[in-house]
Amino acid sequence: MNLDTATLLPNIAKASYLIAAVLFILGIKRMASPVTARKGIVQAGIGMVLATLATFAITGGHNIGLIIGAIALGVIPTWLWGKKVAMTDMPQMVALFNGMGGGSAAAIGAGEMIKASQGGVALSKTALVLAVVGALIGAISMSGSIIAWAKLDGRMDKRFTFPGQQYFNLLVFIATVALGAMLVMKLDTTIIVAFFILALLVGILMTLPIGGADMPVVISLYNAFTGLAVAFEGYVMQIEALIIAGMVVGAAGMLLTQLMAKAMNRPISGVLFSNFGGGGQSSADIKGSMKPIEASDAASLLYMADKVVIVPGYGMAVAQAQHKIWELCKQLRERGKEIKFAIHPVAGRMPGHMNVLLAEAGVPYDLIVDMDEINPEFATTDVAIVIGANDVVNPVAKTDKSSPIYGMPILDVANARQVIVIKRGKGAGFAGIENALFYQENCKMLYADGQAAAASLSTELKQIDGGGGH
Amino acid sequence: MIDGFLALYIFILAAFTGHEIISRVPVILHTPLMSGSNFVHGIVLVGAMVALAHADSTLGKVIGFIGVALGAGNAAGGYVVTERMLDMFKSSKGK
Repeated sequence: MNLDTATLLPNIAKASYLIAAVLFILGIKRMASPVTARKGIVQAGIGMVLATLATFAITGGHNIGLIIGAIALGVIPTWLWGKKVAMTDMPQMVALFNGMGGGSAAAIGAGEMIKASQGGVALSKTALVLAVVGALIGAISMSGSIIAWAKLDGRMDKRFTFPGQQYFNLLVFIATVALGAMLVMKLDTTIIVAFFILALLVGILMTLPIGGADMPVVISLYNAFTGLAVAFEGYVMQIEALIIAGMVVGAAGMLLTQLMAKAMNRPISGVLFSNFGGGGQSSADIKGSMKPIEASDAASLLYMADKVVIVPGYGMAVAQAQHKIWELCKQLRERGKEIKFAIHPVAGRMPGHMNVLLAEAGVPYDLIVDMDEINPEFATTDVAIVIGANDVVNPVAKTDKSSPIYGMPILDVANARQVIVIKRGKGAGFAGIENALFYQENCKMLYADGQAAAASLSTELKQIDGGGGH
Repeated sequence: MIDGFLALYIFILAAFTGHEIISRVPVILHTPLMSGSNFVHGIVLVGAMVALAHADSTLGKVIGFIGVALGAGNAAGGYVVTERMLDMFKSSKGK
């Protein structure tokens, strides 16, 4: 039985899709402001439920058992998992769910191709091209996102490289595109299978050599990919809601990816096709030594300060130190000190990752300040506490042209009167680059786990004035 | 039937809309927004449902089933995660 979706879609479903598309756009717009963000996601959620219900109405009960079974299978585990996963693990969850969306778009493409190859409704050339392109992008997004998830979740070694890797990847990609072109000319089941295997392989190969520091950019890129794949398959299925929502996400995701790459001063091509760090880094220019400090001395510095700026990084997430840090900050605020949190655009593993963790700990968002806004303030800051951040505060990015991070905008922590760096050990940052900040005269190293350090600073602070504040 | 230039218009205008609505986002919301837009492309579920409804062969049904399950996972997981993140945004005055 062949149903032509275009003629069967009753107007009521079309209207529901239109409303859903509007709700998605308004929802995303609202999510762009902290005040309305919560309403934005609820709105988009209503759009999704509406569109899903409308689809039940138009599919006329065909394969309804299978549809309901598949929805239950998709919704229940992800819902439960998403509810209980730790806030620090959010980036990889987004990667995983994004991969599912890419896979779904690829499956639509595969299904339509197979149906047409078996003599079903013939697809127009445009539809066929978009089905193939959407399937390619969706499959890359799926396998790439799964690798990104495995890396961020610590299930896979950080990087995997071999000589001539880029050429090999390019070869596989060209082969995939060639198979895709063959499919456009003539649909054949064997070629369809080979095409999907290669497309999935491209996503894996693309993501394997990319290091964890670049993961935010990659996840964002795959998010945009999935959007595009959904839009293309939406054309194939003749459903406007998919085209609109997919394109909106595709364009927004591309922009977000660019903003992120720009903040790291790395072109997107650099993220994808070159490997970061590990090179022979000369530390000849760095003078001085790292000066350790005890928690009690660090607490006195804080006690005497008027203005304290906290600079969190991925290390804070790893140590789950956000709650203890906020405890410490609340104590400082009780003692009349001005507290701010300085966030580098790419601190952590996703843009805004730190904001989410701080929000989880209960830090009001108006204390959290972006890089451009906080940088002039470091000159009037008495103590800057760097917790788990490294490359984003490294002055080498401004001074050493040979450094791989040269040109990356950084937080000017070095300008603060005193800098306390909370760090587990003496190792270099993710990029494997020595940090000149640590050797500066005004910088003291507090060697400890983030959580333990924040807790002991709190305790020491209470020791100083008996815990009462003023 | 959405075809030819009409389809092109929808693609282009939707792309501009996406570009416009995200161009004024504070960094603080980048992760929730990425997560939120990740949820929005979960609409792929609807396309997969229509595809499965029209599948006749066993292979077609298997592929359709996978598509619907993955799309539903994208939508449901994307929603929960985004909502949890946004739930935590509070102002120091608003408590």
